[in-house]
Amino acid sequence: MFGWLRRRKRSPSGGDVVTLVSMRPGQSGVIVEVRGGRGIVERLAVLGIRPGKRVVKVSSMLLGGPVTVEIDRAQIAVGSQMAARILVDVNVS
Amino acid sequence: MRVLLMGNPNVGKSVVFSRLTGVRVMCSNYPGTTVNYTEGRMKVDDETAQVIDVPGTYTLDPTSEAEEVALKMLHLGDVVVNVVDATNLERNLFLTLQLLERDVPVVVALNMWDDTLHQGITIDVDGLRKQLGVPVIPTVAVSGQGIRDLVEAIPRARAARHGQRTREERWVAVGQITDTVQTIGHRHHTWTEKLADATVQPLQGALIAVGVLAVSFAAIRFVGESLIDYVADPIFDTIWMPVLEWVSAELGGEGILHSVLIGRLIEGTIHLEESLGILSSGLYVPLGMVLPYIIAFYLALGVLEDVGYLPRLAVLLDSAMHRIGLHGYAIIPTLLGLGCNVPAVLATRILESRRERFIAATLVSIAIPCAGLQAMIIGLVGDFGMRYVLLVYGTLLLVWIVLGLILHRVLKGFSPELLIEIPRYRWPAAGPVAVKLWSRARGFLREALPVVLAAVVVINLLYVAGVFDTLSAVFAPALTRLLGLPGESVTALAVGFVRKDVALALLAPLSLTAGQFVVASVVLAMFFPCMATFAILIRELGPKDALRATGIMIVAALSVGSILNALL
Repeated sequence: MFGWLRRRKRSPSGGDVVTLVSMRPGQSGVIVEVRGGRGIVERLAVLGIRPGKRVVKVSSMLLGGPVTVEIDRAQIAVGSQMAARILVDVNVS
Repeated sequence: MRVLLMGNPNVGKSVVFSRLTGVRVMCSNYPGTTVNYTEGRMKVDDETAQVIDVPGTYTLDPTSEAEEVALKMLHLGDVVVNVVDATNLERNLFLTLQLLERDVPVVVALNMWDDTLHQGITIDVDGLRKQLGVPVIPTVAVSGQGIRDLVEAIPRARAARHGQRTREERWVAVGQITDTVQTIGHRHHTWTEKLADATVQPLQGALIAVGVLAVSFAAIRFVGESLIDYVADPIFDTIWMPVLEWVSAELGGEGILHSVLIGRLIEGTIHLEESLGILSSGLYVPLGMVLPYIIAFYLALGVLEDVGYLPRLAVLLDSAMHRIGLHGYAIIPTLLGLGCNVPAVLATRILESRRERFIAATLVSIAIPCAGLQAMIIGLVGDFGMRYVLLVYGTLLLVWIVLGLILHRVLKGFSPELLIEIPRYRWPAAGPVAVKLWSRARGFLREALPVVLAAVVVINLLYVAGVFDTLSAVFAPALTRLLGLPGESVTALAVGFVRKDVALALLAPLSLTAGQFVVASVVLAMFFPCMATFAILIRELGPKDALRATGIMIVAALSVGSILNALL
């Protein structure tokens, strides 16, 4: 019942960690972890999606569609399953 | 000497290429146009050098087919011109450092230099040059600024021979370099950026997409019809027709030569659409009816490409496209197919899996009518009223969706997820749009015109030899019972293997009803790809899958045709 509470973890820096999917449009944060195999981690990294980068969520499409984010003034659209494996600390100032 | 142009997708690499070589190339705002690499020549120190535009790549550890191609080509180059997006230095430098770790001379072109000013980004070019150890030249490829400096720097390129770094070390190095040479000022969102954000929101984005597509179609029809009414028809009617009448009179109005050159006289006069000689319909169909729509279509597509709208459309449609086993990016080959199916099937290479490529290529060649066919549908079926044209389009759209759903269920495997960079909106520059339009229109003329003329000659000879009478006698019963078409339409269907616009022109003299015309147009669109598309299907999918796709087309065309015939 309080599954949404359990999904929120404390990050080492003490912030709230959520996935890109559960971020609100317009919300920003810092990527703390990208989960997945080497191939996918690398594909995301060269697009700028890697730990330590500041990210702003632009939008997500309905029905499990892709999530659009902005990193370094470039926008990237990520399929929702990939986006669910990207963890973002939204409490970093 | 061989010069390689390398860089991330969307950095203006192809524009730099055309600036260096003067060759007319396609350059668009989405990756995939250069999977087929382009090659040209330029002068370096009075010596002719070969220039290769390598597919865009983010890294030398290949993660996609295009990147594998890029890596293979790196071994062929004597000098690399690394084109970098100056407004996104950090991400671009990853590839730059990878190149500098190899034993190959490099020049860095800091492209889109003008955008750094608008965006409040300052880059210390000298500092960057020292950090990297190779020449760094700021350029603005669209305007040509800095290109001469770049050409002069190519002979000065040298290998920096940075030591090999691990991935993590490389990111650290990239961070250190950007921290020292780049400062980013604060700046507010501009209205184009707000608009950019709106186009990828679910609801606003969908409304904008409907608007953009509606305006595009209206514009295509307006430009196409205007070109026909005010350019093509006046030329054919007032200049060409008297010539034809003179030739016809000189030939005595009959005979083999007359039917090949002028064709049949209809009620004693030459009819540009229906006479079917190489000088009458053979020129009028491709030049007077199809070319205006080719120009209109590629103009609209070129503007949409260069503005950067198509990747947004891909994002919007992604969820829906997954239902038919594709991801949103497959909308790009699909839209290309509305111009010509050949580049559309080639463009399916931007899709990652073989399964996606098969689905996309099959759907394009079955349910996406090319501009030639569409021009004829609008020209001929449109005479009965626009609702019949809409009926043809509606049926094909339905086929596209239903067949996609079926293929997605039947074929094994899964479709990978979408992961794309969405480029900034850019104001399309008239020059590149015009160059691209010209290159595509010329491609149409070069590919289509000889085939149309040859087809007209062969059709006329087969007529005279009586081959079509035999064919219609054999196939007429089946054709009439299944599709409700007269026996003579066998000729048109047979010609449909070669070119669909000519095939539809052959139906014009048969005085078909509106319903028969709709059935014939749909069947012609679906039953077989034209010869050129078939050849490309074999090359791209392999003979086995190309035959499978063709089998699907024939079965689907006959079923849909007979259903339509029963309903109309």
